[in-house]
Amino acid sequence: MKKLVSLLVLLLPLMATAQTPEERGMEIAVEGDKRDAGFGDMSSDMVMTLKNANGDVSIRKMRSKNLEVEGDGDKGLTIFDQPADIKGTAFLSFTHILDADDQWLYLPALKRVKRISSKNKSGPFMGSEFAFEDLSSREVAKYSYLYLRDEAINGEDAFVVESKPNYKYSGYTRTVAWISKETYQPLKLEYYDRKKSLLKTMTATGYQQYLGKYWRPDSLNMVNHQTKKETRLEFSNYEFQKGLADRDFNKSSLKRAR
Amino acid sequence: MSIKKTVVCSLLIGSVAFLSPGFANEWSGYVAAEYREFTQPALDQQQFNGGNVSVSAEPEFYHSWNDGDDAFIFSSFFRWDEHDPQRSHVDLRELMWVHAERDWELRLGVGKVFWGVTESQHLVDIVNQSDTVENIDGEDKLGQAMINFSLIKDWGTMEFFVLPGFRERTFPGKDGRIRSIPELDDHTGYESSAEDKHIDYAMRWAQTFDDWDVGVSHFYGTSREPRIIPSLTAQGLVLTPYYDIINQTSLDVQATLDEWLWKFELIHRSGQGETMNALTGGFEYTFVGINESVVDLGVIAEYLYDDRGEGLDVLFEDDIFIGARLAMNDAASSEVLFGVISDIEENTRFYSLEASRRIGASWLLSLEARFITGVSSNEPLTSLRRDDVIQLELARHF
Repeated sequence: MKKLVSLLVLLLPLMATAQTPEERGMEIAVEGDKRDAGFGDMSSDMVMTLKNANGDVSIRKMRSKNLEVEGDGDKGLTIFDQPADIKGTAFLSFTHILDADDQWLYLPALKRVKRISSKNKSGPFMGSEFAFEDLSSREVAKYSYLYLRDEAINGEDAFVVESKPNYKYSGYTRTVAWISKETYQPLKLEYYDRKKSLLKTMTATGYQQYLGKYWRPDSLNMVNHQTKKETRLEFSNYEFQKGLADRDFNKSSLKRAR
Repeated sequence: MSIKKTVVCSLLIGSVAFLSPGFANEWSGYVAAEYREFTQPALDQQQFNGGNVSVSAEPEFYHSWNDGDDAFIFSSFFRWDEHDPQRSHVDLRELMWVHAERDWELRLGVGKVFWGVTESQHLVDIVNQSDTVENIDGEDKLGQAMINFSLIKDWGTMEFFVLPGFRERTFPGKDGRIRSIPELDDHTGYESSAEDKHIDYAMRWAQTFDDWDVGVSHFYGTSREPRIIPSLTAQGLVLTPYYDIINQTSLDVQATLDEWLWKFELIHRSGQGETMNALTGGFEYTFVGINESVVDLGVIAEYLYDDRGEGLDVLFEDDIFIGARLAMNDAASSEVLFGVISDIEENTRFYSLEASRRIGASWLLSLEARFITGVSSNEPLTSLRRDDVIQLELARHF
């Protein structure tokens, strides 16, 4: 009995500090969010290369601007340059943490701004293997987390964390992320579909640090295991804190976007 | 604007563009070949039968400076048509300077403006004249000269328009198809003694309230939609377009509630005969990712009402539109839109199909078909009862 008590006394401090895997997962997500907070606004050029199972390739080019919104999802404006038939088309989105996003599409041939349904989170972005939800801002409260293990990937130490979406209309039951211990950015993500089988794997490469703080990848590669299709998304001309504001993200600026 | 003037204008702008390499300037646009097949013999002997070839182009130049706060846009449209000289036409779609400040914008020149939310018809959209020789769906518009000042505030966007000069609606010529029988006489009538020089005014307030997008507009000036006046002359029955000075107040609302889009447009017009009201209202429901695929299917239903009732000028006075939109979400952006407008009282059905897909990086193939069935002889659509058409277009975008 005395032995047992002393064993318990020994274990007590351990039990007090021991985190559940849920808490550890959340802690990693919060730390990642903290390190990326305060970027203000960002813009970049994007080239998307779509490849089907036969190796046929098609290219999309676009430019995007993002505005950080405190306490909610970011605002985004994407302008399409290629293919030529959709040149000038622009997409405005106000993403929200749990509520449906607000989305407007500008159709330059008609000069029409169209509010579109936001239920398409799981739908493909421009016919690519990226879904809208894969490209929207990662906010902590969008998911619940589960820390799985530590595991190095391509020689880089990483946490392996599972996330389950808390928002409606996700195409996934869960994602598993390999998050760099150095940058707290995802190096690899596995997406599991509604039938719980592995749907896609994304790998992020070429992380560079901007303004001495914010890490951004040069490229994201998404492979769909079920269709054997692949999309590579390459970023260039990252710019931060260019003074973008709400006025650059409304229906009027959407009509002027080129 | 004449063809010569437009060409000279484009050459001038082009040379300026190429001489200033330091700016982000660019040409874009398309060249397209179109084939139309009319499946039935024409009602009027003067109209052509069978197939028709046509070629069109729409080059566009865009140049911006001041970090995008100033922009210059030039866009013109050209069409050559095998059978109908009225459809062979040139139009200056845009020639505009846009200037943006923190909470206001100014647009000066010739431009295009779209108002409204519904799919089956565009009641509220009034600033630009319809280029109906292009398409009877009212989505092709002629450029309109304008001074447009917009205030962008927390309480909404308030826009003011001064619209000097009026563009007559385009109609097919006597050889052309999809026209009234008899064809419209070119002795256009105007209420205003200034005729097509009348200065029109418009204003609009638009605001987003969470899931609701709302717009209220008012227009004063020359009606874009003419009254068709029949008269008996020595040559027989003649139809003449007549443009009244009207006041039109309108409301457009869209509620975006997850997969439901609820859409509503209402107009109240006075000055064109008796005061009239018309509305379009309905929904679009989207099935996202049908059968675990990436394909989206949208179902659209709208009610079309016009209190003028049946008449020469009113196509849809008590009709239901049912449509479906299929988006394949593939690399070729394949899309199909099918719809039918059915008269509630009569047997008239107006079917339309639009489909398109990309070929390679810069070609776009589109198919359009329009069919009319069950028209009784007292409806305006009766002139079009033999104008069922299938149209194929191949466009090269650059």
